Amino acid sequence: MSSATQTAQHGLSEHSHGAGVPIQTRYERLRSTNVADFPPVSPREEQWRYLSADRLAGLDADTLAEFIGDLAVTHTDGVTTAWVGEENAAFGGAGIPEERPSAAAWGSAKQAYLVTVPGNQKSEVQIALSSESADPSAIHIIIEAKPFSEATVILDHKGHAVLGENVEIIVGDEAQLTVISIQDWDDKSVHASTQMARLGRNSRLKHLVVSLGGKVVRVASSTEFTQPGGDTEMLGMYFADAGQYLENRLYVDHAVPNCKSRVTYKGALQGDKAHTVWVGDVLIRMAAEGTDTYELNRNLLLTDGARADSVPNLEIETGKIEGAGHASASGRFDDEQLFYLQARGITEIEARRLVVRGFLNEIIQQIDNEEIRERLSNSIEAELARSGS
Amino acid sequence: MAKLEIKNLHVTVDTEQGTKEILKGVDLVINSGESHAIMGPNGSGKSTLAYTIAGHPKYTVTKGEILLDGEDVLEMSVDERARAGLFLAMQYPVEIPGVSVSNFLRTAKTAIEGEAPALRTWIKDVKGAMDNLKMDSSFTERNVNEGFSGGEKKRHEILQLELLKPKIAVLDETDSGLDVDALKIVSEGVNRAKQENDFGLLLITHYTRILKYIKPDYVHVFVAGKVAEQGGPELADRLEAEGYDRYVQA
Repeated sequence: MSSATQTAQHGLSEHSHGAGVPIQTRYERLRSTNVADFPPVSPREEQWRYLSADRLAGLDADTLAEFIGDLAVTHTDGVTTAWVGEENAAFGGAGIPEERPSAAAWGSAKQAYLVTVPGNQKSEVQIALSSESADPSAIHIIIEAKPFSEATVILDHKGHAVLGENVEIIVGDEAQLTVISIQDWDDKSVHASTQMARLGRNSRLKHLVVSLGGKVVRVASSTEFTQPGGDTEMLGMYFADAGQYLENRLYVDHAVPNCKSRVTYKGALQGDKAHTVWVGDVLIRMAAEGTDTYELNRNLLLTDGARADSVPNLEIETGKIEGAGHASASGRFDDEQLFYLQARGITEIEARRLVVRGFLNEIIQQIDNEEIRERLSNSIEAELARSGS
Repeated sequence: MAKLEIKNLHVTVDTEQGTKEILKGVDLVINSGESHAIMGPNGSGKSTLAYTIAGHPKYTVTKGEILLDGEDVLEMSVDERARAGLFLAMQYPVEIPGVSVSNFLRTAKTAIEGEAPALRTWIKDVKGAMDNLKMDSSFTERNVNEGFSGGEKKRHEILQLELLKPKIAVLDETDSGLDVDALKIVSEGVNRAKQENDFGLLLITHYTRILKYIKPDYVHVFVAGKVAEQGGPELADRLEAEGYDRYVQA
């Protein structure tokens, strides 16, 4: 068995890593809505270390088509939806792009689809986004959770697309919002999604990214705290098959005191050239006293030929914090594990299921929606069956 | 009554230096209720025998037979062998990340029995066996072998022995890495399971110390891939006094 684990616990003192820390401080990275401000996608940039420009299938171009496809939305009473332009206050309310494809999508999608969740009630929203177009296109979605709202928003991506997407998540004061983004494209799709969340006072966000289908799926998720008392839980689950590339980039910006963040991402990989990348940046700024943060990424490699990259980065500018830590480990499901389980009477296929299900269950359990839980469990079964394992 | 027969077993393993024959004609018969100790110096092929019985893919049988109640074990896959009633307590149990002990035990029991155990009695059985092995109840929530100490791994193996009720149990150096207290607890667990289920026991060990707790009916001395000598428990006493030098030099 081969496995590598690195764990670090950061206490109350200032702490720095030799390798792994970005050259620049994370918040110094360029931000702009203008695609021309960004250099071409190149492996010299940290953001594009693992994904070459040609695999973006044109999503890094200056302009993209507007999204062509279906946007089927269901929601409970009180939720409102509208297409809005940049004159709307919510437009850019959660942040602006800091990568080229995100800026390309920003400039190309003139209107954003704004979902407003009202305060003082429980709401549910399902946004099913499907497409059959291979043209590089762009979409902009804004989820605004008004103060004192309580809501779950499910964003479901299906069909075939080459899609640049920006999702803004505005969480008002005291709001509690769950956003689940499922990427279940066909196996030729390319998807670059940027999901930016900005949190108000004492608000709580649970953000869950599930990437299953698609040739290249890259989701860059960020949380920015603007007021004390915010709490974010950023969860992710991915399953990469042969030839599939799934990347998740996380950024938690602790800019204000007394906020809490938990990042937990788990991935399974199988088949030749299945490749996953997880990069988790956490920044604790000087002002962010009392911060409590922990990030974790675990990968399970089911077969040879798969590769998982996992890079936690923690930048701390103040020592007056509650706690900061990270853990990253990628382990193989190898023949010895198989032998051990089989030696207890368990068939090979059951053994693989047992391991993968157990491994990903920690994330699936976090989904309150029974239907979605069931669907994801079935998707995992299907993934396992696909390899014939 | 179960019977495991090993006849003229030859086993090779592929190494960087080429194919190497490890077992060179092993004959053994183990019946229900009998305890056999296999002793021998390092590299004599003891563990190879254990893994070959269980069906580890690393080992190739080139000649000979293994029969369980007349059935050809070598034709069976690893899990089929376990379901037929063979059990191997491993020397180095592997970690299974993400799979809890509780889930693992129930899945294994279901696989062996062909149906899920009745929940109420199962929970009671697990708890009883764990109490006997002085394992804390929180143990079932941990992932299989993940972060287990050497002693915990061995107790977990014996816990499975108690719960899965095999016909023939092979214990591969279960005594290694155990301190005196743990050795006693583990040995008592083996004795208790044997008393309850009357399995045939093949106890593989380098040292004689576990034989103070688990009394063998037969002792076989393994040297260079063969049984060099066999006898009753008195042979273990002799090895205790003289070591393996006599065989190795011969």
